[in-house]
Amino acid sequence: MAMRRTRLWFLALGAAAALPSCASNPHSLNARSPTPPAEVAVPSTHWTASKEAVHVLNRLAFGYSPEDWEAVAKIGVERWINQQLKPNEISDQWVAYKLRAFPTLTRSSAELEEEYAPPEERAKVLGLPPASPEAKSAIEAIPREELPQQILVELTAAKVVRAVESRRQLQEVLVDFWFNHFNVSAEKGPVRWMVTSYERDAIRTHVFGYFRELLGATAHHPAMLFYLDNWLSVREPDPSRAKPGSPRAGLNENYARELLELHTVGVNRGYTQQDVSETARCFTGWSIEQPNRKATFVFRDRAHDPGPKRVMRLSIPRGGGVSDGEAVLDYLALNPATARFIATKLCRKFVSDNPPPQLVDRIAAVFLQTGGYLPSVYAALFSAPEFWSDEAFGAKTKTPFEFAVSGIRALGGQTTGDVQLLQQIERLGEPLYRAQAPTGYPDAAQAWINAGALLNRINFGLALASNRIHGTTADVRGYARRHAAWNDVHRVADAFANFILHRELTPQTRETLYRAISEQEGETPADGEHKPIDVPLVAGLMLGSPDFQKR
Amino acid sequence: MKFSRRAFFKSSGLALVSFGFAPQFLERAVAETTKRAGKILVVIFQRGAADGLSMVPPTGDAQYHAMRSTTALRPPGRGAGSALRLDDTFSLHPALEALYPFWSTGTMAVVHAVGSPKPTRSHFDAQDFLEAGTPGRRAEDGWLNRTLLSSPQLNASEFRAVALQPNLPRSLLGAAPAVAINSLADFRLRAGRSSAATERGFESMYSAAVDGALRHNGQEIFRALREVQSVKLEEMPAQNGARYPNSPLGKRLADIARLIHADLGMEIAATDCGGWDTHVNQGNEQGQLAARLRDFGDSIAAFTTDLRDKMADLCLVTMTEFGRTVKENGNRGTDHGTGSVMLVLGGGVRGGRIYGRWTELKPANLFEGRDLPVTTDYRTVLCEVLGGQFSLERIDKVFPGFDPRASPSLRMFG
Repeated sequence: MAMRRTRLWFLALGAAAALPSCASNPHSLNARSPTPPAEVAVPSTHWTASKEAVHVLNRLAFGYSPEDWEAVAKIGVERWINQQLKPNEISDQWVAYKLRAFPTLTRSSAELEEEYAPPEERAKVLGLPPASPEAKSAIEAIPREELPQQILVELTAAKVVRAVESRRQLQEVLVDFWFNHFNVSAEKGPVRWMVTSYERDAIRTHVFGYFRELLGATAHHPAMLFYLDNWLSVREPDPSRAKPGSPRAGLNENYARELLELHTVGVNRGYTQQDVSETARCFTGWSIEQPNRKATFVFRDRAHDPGPKRVMRLSIPRGGGVSDGEAVLDYLALNPATARFIATKLCRKFVSDNPPPQLVDRIAAVFLQTGGYLPSVYAALFSAPEFWSDEAFGAKTKTPFEFAVSGIRALGGQTTGDVQLLQQIERLGEPLYRAQAPTGYPDAAQAWINAGALLNRINFGLALASNRIHGTTADVRGYARRHAAWNDVHRVADAFANFILHRELTPQTRETLYRAISEQEGETPADGEHKPIDVPLVAGLMLGSPDFQKR
Repeated sequence: MKFSRRAFFKSSGLALVSFGFAPQFLERAVAETTKRAGKILVVIFQRGAADGLSMVPPTGDAQYHAMRSTTALRPPGRGAGSALRLDDTFSLHPALEALYPFWSTGTMAVVHAVGSPKPTRSHFDAQDFLEAGTPGRRAEDGWLNRTLLSSPQLNASEFRAVALQPNLPRSLLGAAPAVAINSLADFRLRAGRSSAATERGFESMYSAAVDGALRHNGQEIFRALREVQSVKLEEMPAQNGARYPNSPLGKRLADIARLIHADLGMEIAATDCGGWDTHVNQGNEQGQLAARLRDFGDSIAAFTTDLRDKMADLCLVTMTEFGRTVKENGNRGTDHGTGSVMLVLGGGVRGGRIYGRWTELKPANLFEGRDLPVTTDYRTVLCEVLGGQFSLERIDKVFPGFDPRASPSLRMFG
């Protein structure tokens, strides 16, 4: 399925030249014989079933929702993980239905560029002189849902809806991970019209495929070509023919450098500035038809440097075309340094900020043995004793996005992806699709834990629990009614500790919460009556607690 | 150290003595810069590449008018909306008129044709490199954070380094603690009627947190909250009749001023403002850029007025990732260029002057035939702002590999 889509995708790009190079590649789509195994076997842990479930849902999902908690309880962690590795076999009708509210999700970049053109463009199409009063009023008359911003509003809303409610949780976690690995920012020029397709066609399609396919899809995508400027990179001009005074076109090393440093082998992993320049030469001519109107891949033969090149230990003979870049991608995708770099990042994401080196070695070895078949790599990681170790349990700090989504899930909440939730997430410090640097958002906690950010998390938890975020709802009062005596502070606190933190409170925390809840100001009840318990406050305290910041 | 914090706040203005005073720091390796700048540093980053040739237009340069058919400012004295005279060559954009008095009284200096010695026309590369303090390459931490790290650890205020924006800017990333705050009004616990009890609840949970970073930062929140609440900081009115624009930048600078008035031990404040990427319909004395500049100038003027009595101990610097093309493009705008402008206010700067070397805007003088060439390294300016007591060793920590002696001193201070 994934394979066929990939091939169609190549054809759709009209990159006919890309096909022969694919066929000659030993890891090409056609030559790839049986798919490597990707089955998880959970080692024995000495943990309770519920601790295993907490761990798995905290790592392979955006925390525990009541539905997923039940699913794991019913079939056990091992089967649940193996299901997650085959997302297409999991029915996700409800989310599919909800996503129908976002028409931009299924459009191509070119369609979006036309339908959501900048207001000034639309005024121009109407023949109105720029900056004229007529143009201004025409622009003001455009409904908000037709403005270019709407694309990112819908994409972000869809990301949140999926993260909160999709049953294919591992897929959503991986899309988030790989998007961040191959980051583009919607804030750079026309990328905002391309980022929907980028996530859908380049990332989502390939997170359960071969790394080479994922890498190739990002390399070809106009969003990446624009974001890292490769579309402007042309062979160095013949100095004798250069016209004085005219802007000098030439090599742009931006993509080449990040391809090596961030996408594949990792920084300082056996390449030099010379290798960066040679890589850039290989990718000259990889461009975009028209970034603002027709954002499709095009290979411009005239811009390509046809000379011989050498990238690290790869020699590329004279006369190649688009195949030069493909050869570099083939070479980098299965380079041992790449295997190690990807293994390290995956271990950091799923195990701990400083993963055990022997684990990284083993995962890197699986990467190489399977030709970079990602499901096998994931399966090896989720079968590793290190993944199931006491050291790994609860060791990661949630990113702002993980925190927000896991909060909604823990309360059994739902969201429409309303802009109020998106603003709340933005306030937590990592606005979605807008990480400006090609490094994406940092993958270790140091960058996102500071006092201001923690206060924002605490306030988010309080707002969420008391239903103060429009479009995002959770019924904490109903939960308290069903599960605890409504007037017994200790029992309400215990019920929510069980529900939100999935653990028992320490006597100290229990006492602290008890005091915080009983001391709250409010009307003094009539004699003999119990003061009603501020249930949302109890839930808010749990969400903002240090324990809930960890996963 | 931890225990002495609050005592430290209360013990006087000691918190303001931030940059080193140990004997070895008195040894001035950068001999030519003699006086130190302000002890509180406020940095405003204009994101998107502000057009220095409009902020401080070279109205006396004939080429300027030739290259800018729709975006040039009229020379001084040509009726309403003409530029404000700085000297024979330069003027101030009329939308920056609120800053003009500070120029006249010598509180504000201009550095022109300033920028990175390793120019790039990519916004994010340029911002990264500039904020990292490492032209041409990225770094894990930023120059402002390394400034904190390289000063003696006397001041452990929660507000030692504050960014008035949702995230820390790259310049403040690093090992030294820094707080990002959206706004002081937002910097409170939103728990309705039960705030005090809720605060106590959170505070004791965080003080018992197993995770060190959570425990440490969590405790900081509540100390910082108390500092802010004890003085009702977000309600503190501006002084000296200062009027801030009701814009994001105006509000952020008003909050920074409140933090300074409250004497909370702040050494560094950073904030940013956007909207400078004027590729299309830039405008001249009116229009898109003029509107941005009016907000920018009015906000800074309000801030400087508000803190009039403290400006000697306070230095405000503005920067942007690069300037814009000298020649206008086909859309009445300007494209990504190279050299731009920095403004420096307060801190004892020798104001009313334009620093930096200027070359006429002849095509032959332009960088790659199109841009204002950088004649002053932005690090030279920042080193002088940081002050003469910075040893070479310390400058090397803040700007690794930069030798301020390699280029002539601007002598902006003293």
